[in-house]
Amino acid sequence: MSEPVSNKSESPSQQAPQGATQLEGSEFLAFTLGNEEYGIDILKVQEIRGYESVTRIVNAPEFIKGVINLRGIIVPIVDMRLRFNLGTPTYDQFTVVIILNINGRVTGIVVDSVSDVTTLSAAQIKQAPEMGSVLSTDYLIGLGTLDDRMLILIDIDKLMTSSEMGLIDAIAAA
Amino acid sequence: MTIDMSQFYQVFFDESDELLAEAERLLLELDIENPVSEDLNAIFRAAHSIKGGAATFGMNDMTEITHVLENLLDRIRKNEMPLTAEHVDVFLSAKDILKMQLDGHRHGTAVDPDAVSEIKATLQRLAQQDGAQISAPPVTVQSAAVAKPSVVEPQIGKRYLVQLPELPEKDVVALIAELELLGTVEKKAPQNGKHVLLLGTDESMDNIVAICSFVLDPDDLVITEQTVEAAALVPAAVGSSTTASGSEKKYVLEISDIPEKDLQTLVDELGLLGKVQQQPKTGNKYSLLLETEDTRDTILAVSSFVVDVDKILISEHIASAAASSPVPLVDEGDFGLFEQVEASKNPVPTIQPEVLESQPVEPVDNKRVAPRREADKAVATQETTSIRVGIEKVDQLINLVGELVITQAMIEQRTSTLDPMLHERLLNSVGQLTRNTRDLQEAVMSIRMMPMDYVFSRFPRMVRDLAAKLGKKVEFVTNGAATELDKGLIERIVDPLTHLVRNSVDHGVESPEVRAAAGKNPIGRLSLSAGHQGGNIIIEVSDDGAGLNRERILNKAKSSGLNVSDNMPDADVWQLIFAPGFSTAEKVTDVSGRGVGMDVVKRNITAMGGVVDIRSAFGYGTTISISLPLTLAILDGMSVRVGDEIYILPLSFVMESLQPAADDVKEVTGQGRLVKVREDYLPLIPLYQMFNIEPLYREPEKGILVVLQVDGKKAALFVDELVGQQQVVVKNLESNYRKVAGISGATILGDGGVSLILDVANLLRSSRQLITEPSIH
Repeated sequence: MSEPVSNKSESPSQQAPQGATQLEGSEFLAFTLGNEEYGIDILKVQEIRGYESVTRIVNAPEFIKGVINLRGIIVPIVDMRLRFNLGTPTYDQFTVVIILNINGRVTGIVVDSVSDVTTLSAAQIKQAPEMGSVLSTDYLIGLGTLDDRMLILIDIDKLMTSSEMGLIDAIAAA
Repeated sequence: MTIDMSQFYQVFFDESDELLAEAERLLLELDIENPVSEDLNAIFRAAHSIKGGAATFGMNDMTEITHVLENLLDRIRKNEMPLTAEHVDVFLSAKDILKMQLDGHRHGTAVDPDAVSEIKATLQRLAQQDGAQISAPPVTVQSAAVAKPSVVEPQIGKRYLVQLPELPEKDVVALIAELELLGTVEKKAPQNGKHVLLLGTDESMDNIVAICSFVLDPDDLVITEQTVEAAALVPAAVGSSTTASGSEKKYVLEISDIPEKDLQTLVDELGLLGKVQQQPKTGNKYSLLLETEDTRDTILAVSSFVVDVDKILISEHIASAAASSPVPLVDEGDFGLFEQVEASKNPVPTIQPEVLESQPVEPVDNKRVAPRREADKAVATQETTSIRVGIEKVDQLINLVGELVITQAMIEQRTSTLDPMLHERLLNSVGQLTRNTRDLQEAVMSIRMMPMDYVFSRFPRMVRDLAAKLGKKVEFVTNGAATELDKGLIERIVDPLTHLVRNSVDHGVESPEVRAAAGKNPIGRLSLSAGHQGGNIIIEVSDDGAGLNRERILNKAKSSGLNVSDNMPDADVWQLIFAPGFSTAEKVTDVSGRGVGMDVVKRNITAMGGVVDIRSAFGYGTTISISLPLTLAILDGMSVRVGDEIYILPLSFVMESLQPAADDVKEVTGQGRLVKVREDYLPLIPLYQMFNIEPLYREPEKGILVVLQVDGKKAALFVDELVGQQQVVVKNLESNYRKVAGISGATILGDGGVSLILDVANLLRSSRQLITEPSIH
């Protein structure tokens, strides 16, 4: 797997993958962005749906596509491909939106495709090396190995509430 | 099995809250000279219900307060003591203390123990003191069967009944000699070998105890303070039990759970004492009417051979049922203050006199809760006319109905293209669905509506306290308390309204002297009213006070550097008081006058989509009128299109829309563009520029200008075209995203898409910033 060149230099900090121990035998939803395969905790996923037309939010960053009506709830949609400069963002009937529910806040993320749900034991989760990845290792639980596949496990809680995503007021204002 | 107690707690908290509010309302309405007994009863019931609930949940602090409160209330409602203004004040502060304790239990907020003990002491003092001062109450001993007290010394301040333990005769004599130093002492015939002294003195109970303690152990002593009434009762009761009068008395014995043959034995046994009459059996209770010269104790002693004394209830039978039954034994009497001692002494402590109109008998410390007959003072069981539902359930319902409305709109849209001849029945059904959906939506929205009373009810107390503090006399009137407003708005209107009412009492209404000098009624009038006007609710705070002083406001405005002129219309001058930091108060009080507040009031109301308006006449009063939309959940919107995007403008801000002529639009260097609408030049706000949209038109004369007005300031918003006008359900954008400048919320259109609602006030503000930046255009 080739790592695309990171467009920003994030200081990889000294953290340890704290999430790893708690996530023994956890199930992860695997999805692809560009050529990479990522995994997120399945318990954070509310549903998976196709991409539909969004309403643009004024003066929002480009990667926030806008908001959709999800059964009466206004849900912001973030395109992860735009956010992390992975692949070419195309929107067709195969584009997938993963609806996340993180502490009651509902957000949709656009990814290239969703592959499957895999169970990873603690032994299969390795600490992510500190490298200039697109995603700072701060937001990674670790790397999951499954046969010849490698999943980059994202700490989606942390990522979605981070200031980088600009989805939450308090942090965004800071 | 575990039971989730928290839900019961919640119910108790909610109920107590309501009861306290109700009690406060009643207290404020009480006419001290001539209280309505129904109101007193209602206040009493409220205290009683809270006590019951608090005791159930083990909140002893609340039980203690309600208990003493209840005692005092009980005596007042029975006309045993007159209601005074002091009582009402104390009751109100007791209510505050209870509220504090309640909040303490509910939210873990701090409770001031000093205040608690203080109020408790005050209540107790009132209960005792007033009892002694009072003249003979209407409910007196009128039974012929009761011997009149031989000595009554009404001129002596207080009367105490001192019950002594078994003592050698010489000790009793010594004690009487000691007590005679305090006042008059009357020795009663011994009862079960125990001496009873009736002491008339001005000394406090503590002093008596101190004197007695020279002779005996104070723990063995029972001293009861007597009202005249009780004093009259006591010797009677004691006298009767010692058969001093020799008159026969009637007793009613109630025996529960007794076999038929035992009953017969009992009747035979009691026959030895006097005449026994068997009454009809009720439930599992037998009752016997016994006419005898013997005392209750004797009857008990005799009965105890046959039945368990716990199962017998003996009470004196009095010819007149309405009369408060004299209590056969003093220790079961009125003032439970020292009862716990007596309880251990009483040979049959569980026996209760059946008191027709029972007095509060419980001891203050609640160590022993007397099994009382609750029925006669039971909480009036009211028909349940409302149910408690969590607000989130209502909101969910509203959301679902909102969805339904959208779905219905979609169906309507899809079917509108069908041939009405071919699909007549389908279209009829769709029409029916439309009507039903409307009705349903209206009905559901009304659930969230709450009467303004929710807000108004807190003001009488506040005005009363404030007026007292400022030495003013204010009559407070409310109108239209039944007017309904969305719950969300009601909660947000409380603060601004509180501020306005405070202001009116502090600055509006003058002191009685000033009013009298001005030829006005010394009692000021403050009215709070609510009513519907079109799709809005109008709330008015109106006083007949001094009114606003135009000169002073103008002078103040000039000195604060505000842009004013002497020939401004009044309405504009009054609006100046909403400027931040503006106060014309001569002195700063702790009530108001710091100049903070009016601007906040205005800001809060504007944030709710409301408008504040002032009418005032110098010397005659001021009316502040707030106009609010009925709900924030639905608004009338105008949808406008810019490029491919559709936005909703709240209709309340829209004045008009027009297509300008090319030469009405003027370019002002560094100021953006202005458009001439009739006589006015309005700033032009191109929405495409604000929101970075690729528009259809860049020339105002090709598109549409929508004239908007916020806070009296107008501006023309330039959009491509108007799409339509519709009611929209407002959705919060922040629940899943964050605040977006220029956007106040979102809504779902008929086609299921999302459209953003423009925050007009914010738009106008940021457009001014945009204009001042040189980089524009």
